Amino acid sequence: MLEQLIADCVRDLPPGQVITDHAQLRTYECDGLSSYRCIPGLVILAESSADVAYVVGKCAEYGVPFIARGSGTGLSGGALPRTDGVLIVTSRMNRIVSVDSGDERAVVEPGVINAHLTKAALPHGYYYAPDPSSQQVCSLGGNVAENSGGAHCLKYGFTAHHVTGLEVVMPDGSTERFGGLAPDPVGYDVVGALVGSEGTLGVVTEVTVRLVRTPEAVQTVLAGFRSIDDAGTAVSKIIAAGVLPAAVELMDALAIEAAEAAVHPGYPAGAGAVLVAELDGPPSEVDAQLADVERLCQEAGAFEIRVAADEVERALIWKGRKSAFAAVGRISPDYIVQDGVIPRTALSTVLRAIENVAAEAGVRVANVFHAGDGNLHPLVLFDESKGETERAEEVSNRIIDLCLQHGGSITGEHGVGHDKKLHMGKMFNEIDLDVMQLVRCAFDPAGICNPGKIFPTPRLCGERPGRAQGVHPLTEAGIADVF
Amino acid sequence: MSSDTATPMNVADLSATLKRAAADGRSLGVSGAGTKLEQGADPTSRDLMISTSNMTRVLEHAAGDLVVTAQAGVPLAALQEQVASAGQWLALDPPEAGATVGGVVAAAASGPRRLLYGTPRDLLIGVTVVLADGTVAKSGGKVVKNVAGYDLGKLFTGSFGTLGVIAECTFRLHPLPVARRVITSTVEEPAIAARKVLATGAVPSAIEWDGQTLVTVIESIESACGAQAADVVAAVGGDVSNQLPPGFGQRPASPVLLKVTHRLGALRDALTAVSSRLPGSAVRAHAASGVVWVGADDLTQLDSLRGRAAELDGGVVVVRAPAEMKAAVDVWGPARGIDVMRRIKDQFDPDRRMSPGRFVGGI
Ligand SMILES: Cc1cc2nc3c(=O)[nH]c(=O)nc-3n(C[C@H](O)[C@H](O)[C@H](O)COP(=O)(O)OP(=O)(O)OC[C@H]3O[C@@H](n4cnc5c(N)ncnc54)[C@H](O)[C@@H]3O)c2cc1C
Repeated sequence: MLEQLIADCVRDLPPGQVITDHAQLRTYECDGLSSYRCIPGLVILAESSADVAYVVGKCAEYGVPFIARGSGTGLSGGALPRTDGVLIVTSRMNRIVSVDSGDERAVVEPGVINAHLTKAALPHGYYYAPDPSSQQVCSLGGNVAENSGGAHCLKYGFTAHHVTGLEVVMPDGSTERFGGLAPDPVGYDVVGALVGSEGTLGVVTEVTVRLVRTPEAVQTVLAGFRSIDDAGTAVSKIIAAGVLPAAVELMDALAIEAAEAAVHPGYPAGAGAVLVAELDGPPSEVDAQLADVERLCQEAGAFEIRVAADEVERALIWKGRKSAFAAVGRISPDYIVQDGVIPRTALSTVLRAIENVAAEAGVRVANVFHAGDGNLHPLVLFDESKGETERAEEVSNRIIDLCLQHGGSITGEHGVGHDKKLHMGKMFNEIDLDVMQLVRCAFDPAGICNPGKIFPTPRLCGERPGRAQGVHPLTEAGIADVF
Repeated sequence: MSSDTATPMNVADLSATLKRAAADGRSLGVSGAGTKLEQGADPTSRDLMISTSNMTRVLEHAAGDLVVTAQAGVPLAALQEQVASAGQWLALDPPEAGATVGGVVAAAASGPRRLLYGTPRDLLIGVTVVLADGTVAKSGGKVVKNVAGYDLGKLFTGSFGTLGVIAECTFRLHPLPVARRVITSTVEEPAIAARKVLATGAVPSAIEWDGQTLVTVIESIESACGAQAADVVAAVGGDVSNQLPPGFGQRPASPVLLKVTHRLGALRDALTAVSSRLPGSAVRAHAASGVVWVGADDLTQLDSLRGRAAELDGGVVVVRAPAEMKAAVDVWGPARGIDVMRRIKDQFDPDRRMSPGRFVGGI
C-alpha cells in the first residue's frame, strides 16, 4: 500500500517535495525527544493546503497512516514517524497570510515560526502572546497541536485561548474550516477540541490567532533565594495575594549552574534558587505590583532582588531562563525533561519530595519551571554511557506520580504523544478514555491520523460495547478494543 | 413543551437517571435554573427534563490555587458569594439572574467582562459529564495548566445539552479587583472611540455601547484605576464614577433578541447593518469584543442581516423570539464545519435523545 502511495506521490508532486532517499528520511526519525526513533516510510514537504489534502487523500485511499510535523521540537514524541506511514512536514508552509490590528487577528500557515509572527505583529503594536521557550524555532501548527504554553501564559493563557479559527485537512482528505476572525462561532467549539489534540484529528493547514496589544509598561524582577523552598513560598504568596504577573518562573541551583555555564546571565551568586517575575500592563498597575512582588519575595527570604533597568538587562534575565534546557547539556551528558503540573500551593512540598526521590536514587535533578502555573520541568540528569538510564527514567516516572498524588497532571504543555501514553491511565479511567475516543472517531474513524499517540490502548471506531455485532479480528487478537 | 422532570442529587444519581431513561428510549432536555431554555430551536421531543436544581454543592474551593469545583446546579451568584470571601471571583458576568454554572457553561454565556477574561471556555479547566446512556466521564483536571487528553470541556461548552449533561465543573478563578472606575462618554462613533480607549494603554475589563454612550470599566487596584481613568477621559471625554450604570450588561428587553457577531475591526459596519435594517432598534454592544445584542420586534430582517454579518465574518443568532416566529426560521444560521459537528453528535448521542433538534443544523 505504501509502495503504491509513494509511486502516486512521485508521479503527482514536484520531486523536491517527495523524500524517499533513506539517508534523507533518516533526518526525520525523531522529534525533540530523541530517545524514540523511527525512520518514516515517506516524507512529504508540503507547500500548500492542497498538497496536504492530496497526500492525506492518498493515505485515506490506501489506508496508510500519516503524521504531521512542524519544526520537530516536540518533547513527547508526538511527531514520531512510522515505517509504514507518511510524515507530512509543514515547514515550507511558512506564509503569514495577514496581520490585522483592527481585527486583532493574524492568519498564518502552520509552518510559520512562533517568534516570526510576533515580529510581524510588533510594528502594529501587537504580539502573539503564547511564547514557548522554543519560540525561535517551533511552528504555529505544532503549537496548536500541543496547546503549547510559555512563560507569559500565566496571565495571557495558552495556545487554546488564542486560536480563533482553523483550516484542517481531515483524515479523509477533505478540507474543513472552523471558527474564523469573529468571536463565538455557532455550533460546537471544534477549534477548542482541535487545539491540543496532538495531531490526531487532522492536519492543520491554516491558523487564525488573536493578537494582543503590547503592554505599555513591563518590569522584570530577578530574586535570589537561599533555597528552592523559600522561592516556592514566594510564588505561593504572590499568587495568593492576588497579583497576576505576566510570568513567574523558577530555577534551582543546578539549573542556575547550567545557565551560568552556557549563557552567563549573571544570576545572584550563591543562590539556591532564583525567581523571575515579569509584570506588564498600565504603568500605574505595574508599579504597584512590582512593589508587591518585591515585598513578598523579601518576606519569603529573598537575599537579593534586582529589577531590570532596560531591555538589555531584561533580555539577559530571560536568556538564562529560556536557554535552561539546552544549558543543562553543559553539566550532564544526558537528561530527561519532565513536564508535570501541581497545584501552586503544593510547590514547596512537591519540590522537596522530588529532592528526596532524586537523592534516594542517586540521581541529580535540576528544576526550571513555570512556577506561576505550577508547571514543573524537572530535568533528570544522567549518563547513558554509565548505565544510568533506567534509574533516571525511574526517577522521572516517580515525579509524575508525585504530581498526580497532589492532584496535578502528567503534562502541562509538552503533550502525551508517544512518551506518556502509559501514564494516561493514572489520570483517567478506561471510561474517560473511551469517551475521549468518541472525539477521535468523529474525526478519524479509520484511525490513520497519527495513530498510537496519546491513548494507551489502540481502539477501533465501531459499534459500542453491548451493541457489538461479532468480534473484530483485532479485538480477538487482543490488539485493539472495539469502541 | 411539557415533560416529567428528574432532579438528581449527584453524579451517580444523574447517571442512574440517564441509564433508566436510555432503557426506556426517552428523549431528554437539560435545565439549570431555566434562564436560557428558550435559546436554540425548540427541541423536536422531550420526554424527560433533567434538572440540576438539586445539584447545588460547591465541592471544593482551593483558595490558594484559585480553583473551584462545583456541581452544575450551583447558581453562579452563590458561587461568586462563596469565593468572594477569599477575595476571588469566577470571571464571568452573564446577565441572566439566577443562572447556574452548568447552564452558563452549556450556553457559553458571557457578559461585558469577556473583554478581559474571555468566555466560559477560557475559564473551565475540568469537567465531569454524563452521556445519554449514563456513561460518566471526566476530562481536564484541577490545575490551571494541563494538556493531557482531549479537552471535552471545550466541546461541552456551548453544546446546549445536545451532547450530554454537564455534571460538575472546575474553574480557574481570578482575584477580585479591589477598585473600579467607570467612564461614561458620549461619543458619535463608538468604534473609533473604543479604539481610542484601547490605544491609551489602559486595560479595561469592559467597553460597552448602548446606542448613546460608551461605558469603559477599569477594575484594578486603586492607584491604577485612577490613572487609567484619567487617560481614558483624556482620549474620549466622559464622566468618571465608581458605580456601574443602571442596567449595565443587560440586553434589550424587546420580543426578539438577536446576537450579531463580527470581526473586531467591523463594529461600525455591524452597527450600520443593524440600524439600516432595524431603524430605532435597541442595541447593546460589547464594543471591543465583536458582539452586538439587538432588540427587534420581528424577524423579517433576519436573512438580510445574516447576509451582511457573514461579510463581516460573523453571524446572527436568534436568542429570543415568540414561538411561532422562531419556528419559522433557523435560529442559529449556518455553522462552519457542520458536517464534523454532526459526526461529533453521532458519536456522543447516537440515538439523538439529548435535546434533539435544539442546536445548529437540527442537531
Ligand atoms: C528547548 C525546548 C524548549 C521548549 N519549551 C517549551 C515551552 O516553553 N512550552 C511548550 O509548550 N513547549 C515547549 N517545547 C516543546 C515544543 O517546542 C512545543 O511542543 C512546540 O509547540 C512544538 O512545535 P513543532 O513545530 O516543533 O511541532 P512538532 O514537534 O513538529 O510536532 C508536535 C506535534 O504537533 C503535531 N503537528 C505539527 N504540525 C501540525 C499540523 N500542522 N497539524 C496537526 N498537527 C501538527 C505533530 O504531529 C506532533 O504531534 C520546548 C521544546 C524544546 C526543544
